[in-house]
Amino acid sequence: MSVQTWTFVMVGFSFALYIGVAFWSRAVSTSEFYVAGGKVHPVVNGMATAADWMSAASFISMAGLISFMGRDGSVYLMGWTGGYVLLALLLAPYLRRFGKYTVPDFVGDRYYSQVARMVAVVCAIFVSFTYVAGQMRGVGIVFSRFLDVDISTGVLVGMGIVFFYAVLGGMKGITYTQVAQYCVLIFAYLVPAIFISMVMTGNVIPQLGFGDTMADGSGTYLLDRLDGLSTQLGFDSYTVGQKTTTDVFAITAALMVGTAGLPHVIVRFYTVPRVAAARVSAGWALVFIALLYTTAPAVAAFARTNLLNTVSNAPYADVPAWFTNWEATGLITFDDRNGDGVIQYRGPASTVENELTIDRDIMVLANPEIARLPNWIVGLVAAGGLAAALSTAAGLLLVISTAVAHDLLKKGIRPNITEGGELLAARVAAGGAVIIAGYFGINPPGFVAQVVAFAFGLAAASFFPAIIMGIFWKRMNREGAVTGMVVGLTFTAVYIVYFKFIRPELNTADHWWLGVSPEGIGTIGMALNFLVAAIVALSTAPPPADIQSLVEHIRSPGDVAVEVRRS
Amino acid sequence: MREDQQTRYWRRNLRYLGVLLTIWFVVSYGFGILFVEQLDRIRIGGFKLGFWFAQQGSIYVFVILIFVYVALMNRLDRSFLVREDQGVDS
Repeated sequence: MSVQTWTFVMVGFSFALYIGVAFWSRAVSTSEFYVAGGKVHPVVNGMATAADWMSAASFISMAGLISFMGRDGSVYLMGWTGGYVLLALLLAPYLRRFGKYTVPDFVGDRYYSQVARMVAVVCAIFVSFTYVAGQMRGVGIVFSRFLDVDISTGVLVGMGIVFFYAVLGGMKGITYTQVAQYCVLIFAYLVPAIFISMVMTGNVIPQLGFGDTMADGSGTYLLDRLDGLSTQLGFDSYTVGQKTTTDVFAITAALMVGTAGLPHVIVRFYTVPRVAAARVSAGWALVFIALLYTTAPAVAAFARTNLLNTVSNAPYADVPAWFTNWEATGLITFDDRNGDGVIQYRGPASTVENELTIDRDIMVLANPEIARLPNWIVGLVAAGGLAAALSTAAGLLLVISTAVAHDLLKKGIRPNITEGGELLAARVAAGGAVIIAGYFGINPPGFVAQVVAFAFGLAAASFFPAIIMGIFWKRMNREGAVTGMVVGLTFTAVYIVYFKFIRPELNTADHWWLGVSPEGIGTIGMALNFLVAAIVALSTAPPPADIQSLVEHIRSPGDVAVEVRRS
Repeated sequence: MREDQQTRYWRRNLRYLGVLLTIWFVVSYGFGILFVEQLDRIRIGGFKLGFWFAQQGSIYVFVILIFVYVALMNRLDRSFLVREDQGVDS
């Protein structure tokens, strides 16, 4: 069967599975809609969290980014996993103990302030929309390349599916479809990785394979070969970093802290039954995430080696079919500048002019074809990419709908709304959010790629310090927290906007403050937030007694008499 | 739980956090970023050690750290004879 038929089969089967699961797990109460009734098993929640977290960016783009960045790609690998240690140790158990529905709930109650709650709501909605537009775009790319439909139709189909299970099932439906999606995406990621590892190094385990010798009998280590090929063609050596240590440090920290502060990740820990379950659940989430994240650098190294071997100095007339297919999408462009009909793929240090431009996003999707794997694997990868995009989109849509129905309506302007009314509002908000996200998927604003730095930077500079100090420092009060959040947010936002939108031509290491790029500035924003909040808190009145006992309650292991009811 | 017990429980928790987060910092920011060049002089198979920590090792340690914390806290909870409320409906 052809690639296209296989893709239809794989995608069709996986979609049918999601719809079946969604139908079986409909939500009937707000508690089920927001937190799946708080009854999800920790391992199941871990798996759902992994799918929630691993987006189209993790599945489709990350290995490609690493394969072009070499060792510097570790900022994503460490940044997007290390945050789970912070979550498990510093956030998840206490937020579960607190036991409401959302991050704005915690911020609003702990800091006894509607202003704080509203700042948190606005951040949550902004961060989630930023992210969800990117997911819809990923859906569109997969559809247009593999199923030969245009991007708009692809986005519409994706919207329909997400609409169905997010609006119907809420968190309960999303949780169980995410479990199914995790299985699809991890299978789709590992199968080609294992195949390629066997072909290139003879080692079945990709994580070991990329540190092994080449299977061509030369006895050279794969990474040494890759370093050699790279420098020979004028690229930087693969295993040597190019970014400054300061910048790598700042970016990694911003991503880690940002991960721990992202509302759609945090909210998943409200769905488990107990505090102990929240801790172990974060552990399982990281196990499931690590399975993909430790494979990604191997895939990156294999893909890079394969690419350099296949296209460099190949006659254009003899290029394989995948090359031509991707050329049609405009994501590979070849410009025969010296007119010799041969592809010169060269790095900046080469004396020969480069003739080939390759979009980093295609590496994972094209990899099975580059390595000449069977057609069913190519179809599987397409289904995996869709699973990653849809699962994350659904989690984000839920945060948006909860923020609107719970934080904005119930806790804000319409406190006496009925349970039925709130549930309806949540469904309408989820529906509305799907439509807006779909619109941005079809008409992507040029800034989608740039604003990803925003999402992490803002989460790092606002939520993370506010929550940490709320738990670990009883003396932290409303004045301190609000000023801290506002200062952290403003500083980070201004820095990013300046370098990404106002003066993008100045976005180089020479102009950055302290040598920190906009991607890493959230770290400085976070430090500012902590500092300012502490100073202001110490020079204003301590929080009221009932707030201090709320903090005691959050820290206590569980048998205390104070029972904070879920409202 | 009495107040002094509560304080002891919390202090013990903070001590665990201090130790585990130090390890967390050392394997990622230490081995993977600050001392990566020095560690790269050591090779294990095809991997330079710093490169391995930056792209593989740190992640494995992260997973272990969480499960160690889970085990420590479960033991601590037991030693304080904590029985948590059952689910959200109680």
